[in-house]
Amino acid sequence: MRVLVIEDDEEAAAYMAKGLKEQGFVVDLATTGPDGLALATAETYDLLIVDRMLPGMDGLVIVEALRKSDNQTPVLFLSALGQVDDRVKGLQAGGDDYLTKPYAFSELLARIEALLRRGKGVSEQTTFKVADLELDLLKRSVTRGGQDIDLQPREFKLLEYLMRHSGQVVTRTMLLEGVWDYHFDPKTNVIDVHISRLRQKIDKDFNPPLLQTVRGAGYSLREPT
Amino acid sequence: MIYMALFGTSVCGVLGFEYWQTARVIAEQTDTTIEVETQGLAEHYREFGLAQLIFVIKERARNNPNLQSIYLLTTPEFKLLAGNLSAWPDQAKGEPKWINFQIETTDTNGKKVERPARAQTFILPDSFHLLVGREMTERQKIQALITNALIWGLVLTLILGMFGGFLMSRHVLSRIEAINRGSRAILDGDMQRRMPVTGSHDEFDRLSANLNAMLDQIEHLMSGMREVTNDIAHDLRSPINRLRTRLEVTLLEKPGAETLEKVMHDTIQEADAILETFNAILDIALAESGVLRDKFELVDITEVMQDAVELYEPVAAEKNQTFDCSISENLGIQGNRNLLFRLFANLFDNAIKYTPDKGAITVDVSQDKNGVTVIVADSGPGIPPEQREKALQRFARLDSSRTAPGSGLGLALVAAITRLHNATLKLEDNEPGLRVVLAFPQNK
Repeated sequence: MRVLVIEDDEEAAAYMAKGLKEQGFVVDLATTGPDGLALATAETYDLLIVDRMLPGMDGLVIVEALRKSDNQTPVLFLSALGQVDDRVKGLQAGGDDYLTKPYAFSELLARIEALLRRGKGVSEQTTFKVADLELDLLKRSVTRGGQDIDLQPREFKLLEYLMRHSGQVVTRTMLLEGVWDYHFDPKTNVIDVHISRLRQKIDKDFNPPLLQTVRGAGYSLREPT
Repeated sequence: MIYMALFGTSVCGVLGFEYWQTARVIAEQTDTTIEVETQGLAEHYREFGLAQLIFVIKERARNNPNLQSIYLLTTPEFKLLAGNLSAWPDQAKGEPKWINFQIETTDTNGKKVERPARAQTFILPDSFHLLVGREMTERQKIQALITNALIWGLVLTLILGMFGGFLMSRHVLSRIEAINRGSRAILDGDMQRRMPVTGSHDEFDRLSANLNAMLDQIEHLMSGMREVTNDIAHDLRSPINRLRTRLEVTLLEKPGAETLEKVMHDTIQEADAILETFNAILDIALAESGVLRDKFELVDITEVMQDAVELYEPVAAEKNQTFDCSISENLGIQGNRNLLFRLFANLFDNAIKYTPDKGAITVDVSQDKNGVTVIVADSGPGIPPEQREKALQRFARLDSSRTAPGSGLGLALVAAITRLHNATLKLEDNEPGLRVVLAFPQNK
């Protein structure tokens, strides 16, 4: 996976690049807007990470230009500008996700994975399967090992989200956005309790445990290695 | 100056019109009377002949010794036949017409005086001349009276108007200058200065009051910013120090790989806590600045509350607490959906945290003519009245220790979001527990 990072803070960019390389990404760096735009146009990337506050240029402009020339590469905006308004502007300019600084690297990773997965057209799926856990969107049914599992509507939505991102790390913020449609960083363990309840229903009486806690980041629904 | 000219012109116009109406009416009335009488006499002549007409005129002349009404009948050669004039006035010769002339009469003292008169001449069949008129003294006196009154009125009005205008403009200018002085003082740095309010509740007072409100707002925002900087410095210094110390000490201990990993995880956690506090401070500052009001939308507050309850129900259930809800359907207010959710989330966070096991949290959302009211009440220890105001400030804690989890910013954010929505927040005694009452104003 090739990622282009357009960020003028060289140290932050270097750390990000290092972290992403650890995860197996191939990372290119650009420290100015024009350089970034040139690279993005000339080369093909699977993902662009664009800082909005670039010297002399708002990252928005780069993305608008790319979209105008039919470049649909997924874009994650990274910005110290964190107001609701800015987020909306970023998404309207053609961005696919928006992360405000300061952010946790695990959050960044999780969102990158989600964006990359999204690009592959998984959204049309109506059935999901992880090991022997199956979810059917049309029938609104959940089974594991052939056994019917009864879920509340919100629990169903939660499981659906986890299954759409199966194998990936999903942060609490992502869950609050994707399942409850509210944008902020939930403190305390409010999401944890919902996860715990879901676990009771889909994992407790079954083997192996699929809903895993990823320390310092969030959760992931996957077969344990 | 312009107003003066306009004023003067309009007064002249009004008075001129009045004059025209009154004076004219008087003149018209007299003429009509004369006309009618003239026609009547002519008719009389046609019907009954000359002798009869002479008789009538002699009679009328007798009744008017002092020439209040004037009659004269002459031959075609102007030889007198009947009437109370001594001769046919020269002016009256020629075509039939209206004339204004002088007549000689005696006044009450017997003296001979000349008086004004108005008459009409008429040529009867067979060329006899008839003159009918009225003495105009009284009428002219009245006209003069009216004219006089109107002119004096005009003069007085103009004088008073000028004087009044002068006074008023001086008054206005002085009020404006007072505001100017105040503004200059503030620009020069006297931030406490406010515009003068005289208590007369006129437009200038209202202007001053509004300007003062703006200045209060500016001061509030400035102090808000100062607070934020202070808070950031004050409350982030300790955790950052802690972080640093931990790392430094760990290095001194020459740690093994496992210890290092643990310390790193702990450090990340500490850093997250710091970030959370930092973000919360910024969020509060943003909410308090009021900027977000521009992007307000119609929010289904029923739905937001229901979502919030649903999110926290499992958390409450862990402590065997229940939510008692009474939420009216489809209530909407202008606001920010996300922030309202955070507001409710913070209230529930606190309620669950401070209420003992098996307690109840009541939620009430209703609407009346004043707007939407949201009540969240718990059965915990509540907040003593004297500490309620402090509880809403940043970093306030009931126990002055900082060891309890959470950043202490929950209620501060609640207060900021409430203010942003132009709503009021009241902390009350739920007997037992805390009752938080939010009143959102009626939609405009």
